[in-house]
Amino acid sequence: MNRLRPPATRPPSRTLEHGFRWLCLLAALLPVAVLGVLLFDVVRTGIGRIDVQFLTSFPSRRPEHAGIIAGAVGSLWLVGLTAAIAVPIGVGAAIYLEEYARRGRLATLIEVNVSNLAGVPSIIYGLLGLELFVRALSLGRSLLAGALTLALLVLPIIILSTREALRTVPRGLREAGLALGATRWQVVRQVVLPLAIPGILTGSILAISRAIGEAAPLVVLGALSYVDFLPDGPMAPFSALPIQIFNWTSRPQAGFAVNAAAGIIVLMATLLVLNAAAIITRNRMQKRLGR
Amino acid sequence: MQTTVDSDACLSPPYRTMEPAQMSNPGVAAKLSVQELSAWHGEKQVLVRVSLDLPEHEISAVIGPSGCGKSTLIRCLNRMHELVPGATHRGSIQLDGEDIYASGVDPVLIRRRVGMVFQKPNPFPTMSIRDNVLAGLRLTGMRPGDLDAVVESALQQAALWSEVKDRLREPGTSLSGGQQQRLCIARALAVEPEVLLLDEPCSALDPIATTRIEDLLGTLRERYTIVIVTHNMQQAARVSQQTAFLLQGELVEFTETDALFTKPKDKRTEDYVTGKFG
Ligand SMILES: Nc1ncnc2c1ncn2[C@@H]1O[C@H](COP(=O)(O)OP(=O)(O)O)[C@@H](O)[C@H]1O
Ligand SMILES: [Mg+2]
Repeated sequence: MNRLRPPATRPPSRTLEHGFRWLCLLAALLPVAVLGVLLFDVVRTGIGRIDVQFLTSFPSRRPEHAGIIAGAVGSLWLVGLTAAIAVPIGVGAAIYLEEYARRGRLATLIEVNVSNLAGVPSIIYGLLGLELFVRALSLGRSLLAGALTLALLVLPIIILSTREALRTVPRGLREAGLALGATRWQVVRQVVLPLAIPGILTGSILAISRAIGEAAPLVVLGALSYVDFLPDGPMAPFSALPIQIFNWTSRPQAGFAVNAAAGIIVLMATLLVLNAAAIITRNRMQKRLGR
Repeated sequence: MQTTVDSDACLSPPYRTMEPAQMSNPGVAAKLSVQELSAWHGEKQVLVRVSLDLPEHEISAVIGPSGCGKSTLIRCLNRMHELVPGATHRGSIQLDGEDIYASGVDPVLIRRRVGMVFQKPNPFPTMSIRDNVLAGLRLTGMRPGDLDAVVESALQQAALWSEVKDRLREPGTSLSGGQQQRLCIARALAVEPEVLLLDEPCSALDPIATTRIEDLLGTLRERYTIVIVTHNMQQAARVSQQTAFLLQGELVEFTETDALFTKPKDKRTEDYVTGKFG
């Protein structure tokens, strides 16, 4: 004991203290630096390639004629359908778990499952989607099958973030509503949800941006990388932006590497916008709740 | 703080028995009649066979050291107790002679007749002053014709109208603590309850705001039957006609307020009101 505790007045070794601080700083900066280098490299390679032709063209065998329109429109469809499927189900499940379910075996079972699902590798969802939606429900390799698969993938995120948002609403407000003679649903709809909605939106946006970036489950599902038409409905075959990028990176010609970089920039910009929107709504919520 | 009583002592069944004394005021009609009410939080018994009659158009105070079951008692009166996970009860409570716990009785309808104001002022943060007053009607889907009249009448009754009549569109949370609590009273009154329960409504307020609410209760008595929980004995003495003294979930004494404070029958009441513990 005494050897570990030198006379109390002397602070622990200055150099050790400093050294450790620098080490931590280095650890914090390393990922930022790596990301920075990657981004810089991608932007330098791809930024010049982004023009109207690139944004509005279908894929092509010649890199300078190829574009991302099929992937981008496919991604938009996917994201819209995914949100339309996953947000109502996820929010409903969260409301049930948080506002209605009695603390019991069933609630605990669902809770543990939801948390675990959030950690399942996305490719597993792809396999599940292939079996369940493409084959068993014979939806084929359609947008709908893709969206359902992505919806499964983001459902845990939406459920967890919605529950988090619901929990920030003080219990006293629910009691006040119930004491006025309102039913649980009336209280949820008119007291709890208005306060929780920014948090729910934030979670949903983050979940959706996760869905936009996913390629693996779509590859398994059989999304196309060469599509020269735009989808005309949820049953159409489709491509998606990450699939398109993935395809270009695996081509030998240098022109396609440039296209891939440009595609990544478009994807990153979209994600950045979505995340910024999520942060802004969260700040709004904190202002509104900050009494 | 206290010497003779450990308020957190666990009274788990089987509890010690006591005389189930029916304590009531003959001559005045009972608005609420509580019979042999026991209540539990999980395994822990919080109320032990409490019986008392609360007379109509009078103010009844419930006093006792913290943790003795005051909140639980009044939360049983509007069926809020059962909302807490693991909470159970036994015994019966009659509102105008009807058992509020009878099967087939909708607790939601009971809560409309028996309103409640909480310890911490809790106006709805997303709503304006006006919308807070109307919250009970909106939440429950009632559509009275003249909303302005409802707002004015409820705020008048809560002695808040003159202070807020020019700022009805501002958020309810922009008011001071005392004003917020009166807003909560107005909100409870707007659904036209018959009974008003108040759970330590002044404990978060300064003395001036407290006095305003105490004065207000005196006028509300004409229209409502009022039950107020307070840990402040002076407050009970100032506002109420009868006082119930609870100790570790037992109703020790329930009688006219003057009598309870000046000539308590039970030694424990005497010790409490003379400040020997609590
Ligand atoms: N939600 C709850 N869960 C478990 N125990 C509770 C809960 N609320 C109150 N209790 C217990 O019940 C007893 C009575 O509480 P309460 O009625 O709030 O007392 P008071 O209002 O007189 O301070 C206390 O001992 C408290 O610990
Ligand atoms: Mg209490």
